[in-house]
Amino acid sequence: MANVRPKVDAVIVGLGWCGSLMAEELTRAGLNVVAIERGPWVETATDFPPSVDTDELRWDTRRSLLLPPAIETTTFRNNRSQTALPTRDWSLNELGYNVGGSGTHWAGMAWRFLPFDFESYSYTLKRYGKQQLVDGLIVQDWGVTYEDLEPFYERFEKIAGVSGKAGVLNGQKIEGANIFEGNRKSEFPLPPLATTRLTDLFTEGSRTLGLHPFMVPAGQASQAYTNPLGVRMGPCTYCGYCLYYGCGNFSKSSPNACVVPALMQRSNFTVLTESAVLRANLAEDGKTATGVTYLDRNLQQWEQPADIVIFSAFQMQNVRLMLLSKIGKPYNPQTREGVVGRAYCFQTVSGANLFFEDEQLNQYIGAGALSAQVDDYNGDNFDHTGLGFIGGAGILVVARGARPIGNADAVPPGTPRWGSAWKKAYTHAFQNGTFIFGQGTSYSHVDSYLDLDPEYKDAHGDPLIRVTFDYNENDRRSAIFIENKSVEIGKAMGAKIVNGFDSAAVNYGPYLPASDHTIGGAVMGLDPHTSALNRYQQSWDVHNVFVLGASSFPNNAGYNPTSTIGALSLWTAKAILEQYLAKRGPLVEVPA
Amino acid sequence: MKSKLWLGVLALVLAAGGTALTALYANGNSNADDVADDQVPAADAAAPDPAAITRGAYVAVQGDCAACHTKPGGNAYAGGYGLQTPFGVIYSTNITPERDTGIGTWTERDFFRAVRHGKRQDGALLYPAMPYNAYVKMNDADLHDLWAYIRSLKPVAQAPTPNTLGFPYNIRLAMLGWNLLYFKNAPYVAEPGQPAQWNRGRYLVDGAGHCGACHTPKDALGGDTSAYLQGAELLGGYAPEITGNPHVGVGSWSIEQVAQYLKVGSNHMAVAAGAMGEAVEHSTQYLNGPDLAAIAVYLESLPGSGAQAPAAISANDPAMLRGAHIYETQCMACHNVQGQGIDGMVTGFADNPGIRALSPSNLISTVLKGGRAAVTEGNVTGAGMPSFAWRLDDADIAAVLTYVRNSWGNAAPAVGSPLVSKARAAVHAEPVLDKQR
Repeated sequence: MANVRPKVDAVIVGLGWCGSLMAEELTRAGLNVVAIERGPWVETATDFPPSVDTDELRWDTRRSLLLPPAIETTTFRNNRSQTALPTRDWSLNELGYNVGGSGTHWAGMAWRFLPFDFESYSYTLKRYGKQQLVDGLIVQDWGVTYEDLEPFYERFEKIAGVSGKAGVLNGQKIEGANIFEGNRKSEFPLPPLATTRLTDLFTEGSRTLGLHPFMVPAGQASQAYTNPLGVRMGPCTYCGYCLYYGCGNFSKSSPNACVVPALMQRSNFTVLTESAVLRANLAEDGKTATGVTYLDRNLQQWEQPADIVIFSAFQMQNVRLMLLSKIGKPYNPQTREGVVGRAYCFQTVSGANLFFEDEQLNQYIGAGALSAQVDDYNGDNFDHTGLGFIGGAGILVVARGARPIGNADAVPPGTPRWGSAWKKAYTHAFQNGTFIFGQGTSYSHVDSYLDLDPEYKDAHGDPLIRVTFDYNENDRRSAIFIENKSVEIGKAMGAKIVNGFDSAAVNYGPYLPASDHTIGGAVMGLDPHTSALNRYQQSWDVHNVFVLGASSFPNNAGYNPTSTIGALSLWTAKAILEQYLAKRGPLVEVPA
Repeated sequence: MKSKLWLGVLALVLAAGGTALTALYANGNSNADDVADDQVPAADAAAPDPAAITRGAYVAVQGDCAACHTKPGGNAYAGGYGLQTPFGVIYSTNITPERDTGIGTWTERDFFRAVRHGKRQDGALLYPAMPYNAYVKMNDADLHDLWAYIRSLKPVAQAPTPNTLGFPYNIRLAMLGWNLLYFKNAPYVAEPGQPAQWNRGRYLVDGAGHCGACHTPKDALGGDTSAYLQGAELLGGYAPEITGNPHVGVGSWSIEQVAQYLKVGSNHMAVAAGAMGEAVEHSTQYLNGPDLAAIAVYLESLPGSGAQAPAAISANDPAMLRGAHIYETQCMACHNVQGQGIDGMVTGFADNPGIRALSPSNLISTVLKGGRAAVTEGNVTGAGMPSFAWRLDDADIAAVLTYVRNSWGNAAPAVGSPLVSKARAAVHAEPVLDKQR
């Protein structure tokens, strides 16, 4: 018989950005909250201070902050005719494994999605008609608009201490910033990060093409900052140890730096670390959840009863928890019915590798989100008539910090792979080599989905999630388009060698370079036949289960997802506090 | 150390043998506590007055009772916290109103005697780890309220942990001699020539606040010396001078800056950590504005040690050059280019009296062991400093500390490498990585 903990108002599964923001809202409103985190507690001063952080081998090469595949991984295949096999090595799936989740090791790109991204279907129908959509593409509105989310984006940016400059402020377009962004009601809480030689080259080059470059909104504090929760952040030192690292300077926006210190002072908040939730438990009628079952660090099984269950684990883990808990109808690719696992998608990456002749890029100076970008080819910011696809990509250059180990093969084509010629070329490339790339919008397809693997299981004997995915025709067309635009920009920057690349030109594989922005599978929407969650990220079927994260995205934007999952979490928290607590039931009536 | 104690006992014997018998009587006289009731045990009394409980909770905060009487993670005021002393570990007792293991059978007068005169209910003497030599200054009204608060606590059955004091320190009667030497059995008397605010400050500093317990240097027997609040070595650290001396005390800080430090655990340059961090977390952050200002006014009025800035060590000194290099590669990322630190998170070194303290033990132990900023309601951040023991050898640590103690407006004696070696052993810091291989 399982051990049973005292019942709480809400149990939160996974304490990353989504879980910590939800916990902050609920505990501030007086609810008793228990968060269950699979990974360990981490502490900036002892786990990744500057004195131990600057270790590329440990954190980047060996991915020491990520969930090891030996504990839980996914299986993968390109299509249903293949047999999926487990992804046993570090891959594109970069799941967090500590208090703070992936929000501890992320790069810090703190974007708002475009208004188009939330209503791609309506926008496309209106501007181009249905023939713009390739066969089998899943495009549907989210049920929540940019306007709805604007105040929550603002709140997230203030909590996270985002550095940037508004491009559209109260209807006014501001040159030099991103004039394509959705309208903001307030300026960023912190000014943009300083530019580098690399971002300056991008800015100058893209301007000669008539484009509109700007500095990317960054989850690195450009100055000392105190957020609305009273937590302080230190100014970024541009050390470049962001992506795959914890920030030792309290500068990178993270649950650890921005939210958890406030949470830990609240007596109505508890976090159970090194404890893995196996499933939510359903009441006999299947209409509500009674809590969750988890294993503690000694593999003792426990039950945590709760009135509200929040899934806020990584995107794939959320979908897996839905399937293991039997919440919602699993997607069947043959009948194309069912919603859990449906609308899974990823992100195209294409761009160009550049080598300059005689630059001093000094790329050891950097920050995870220290980047310049153009959005002229993102979303629906340009006319797609006759192009045969929708969407596009933000095209950017990243001054992210040099990786002496990781960049060792970033040398011009034809360079020997070892010996003095390689050393000479690498020494030169270290100061002269870089890349620009587009992070594509992506839309799912009827043939791409997640389900439970029939064969492979995790350490506890539960089936792994199985990914069936390949790039679709819309992905391929838009990726080539963005590759070509990246080559144009690279040439305009004055690079001597400009070589295009395109991840979508070949079949998808989890070890091939691309982004790590895997999304969907338990999406929000207006129709329970095509979405697992309503517009408040509430399960259509089990009304006291809310699912937070990129698993809710019906489509991917040409950006990084974090600010959007943050804003959606705050949007859902408000709905819980202001609507759900008063009326425990579906917040959206199931349409007849 | 032991021989010195026997000298103390000898002093007692000699004192007892002479005309000092009257002094002994006066020293142990607790008639002042007779104002308190001696009939009703705590566990039997009627529920205390809620207003008195509230006031008493504030007195408990002033006295920081919970710091010792609540074990980390343990039941409130149930004791069991081990206080490390040079003589052994002394465990705090259960002061909840529980009959068998707490003080449920105590009367108010028993309580007054323990707090102000260091006597248990059975008449045995307390060790001065319980700062009755400071609490003796607390007035009847405060003690009465404190008693109301203690009686309101949830009774917890938790037997006391035996102390680990070796012979002869385990002889409680020896405290008679200690008391005769160091215990000033006198209530607080207001200084008539000073304003009420100053007197309130002194009352809190010398009484409930027992600041001198750490900040006044002790002699071999653990008694206060005359260098009142002028900085003292602790086990693994240093409680700096807190008088108005501008060089090493708080004289260069405004009243508001002192008060802010005590309220939120940090100000424009200093960040409380370690023992002071605990004092801020448990005690001073809860003091009200007027009391904090009173404490600051009183401390700043004290002339203190008269320590003056020496000539700063030349920037071209070999240790300074080595220190500058280490500072740049190891410290600058957080403490900033000119030692500015980060407000509320990272100690600023520039023109910081705490950095210039005659004793560098605080700095050495922080570099060796790291530290964590106090977490308060006013600043929940709790920024931290990592240990550098594995990364810097003793000479490196000595050099970089010499450098920060003689840069950006600071001037202080150089730190010697042997001192760091000694501290590394004393605080059980790990060896530098090269020596681990």
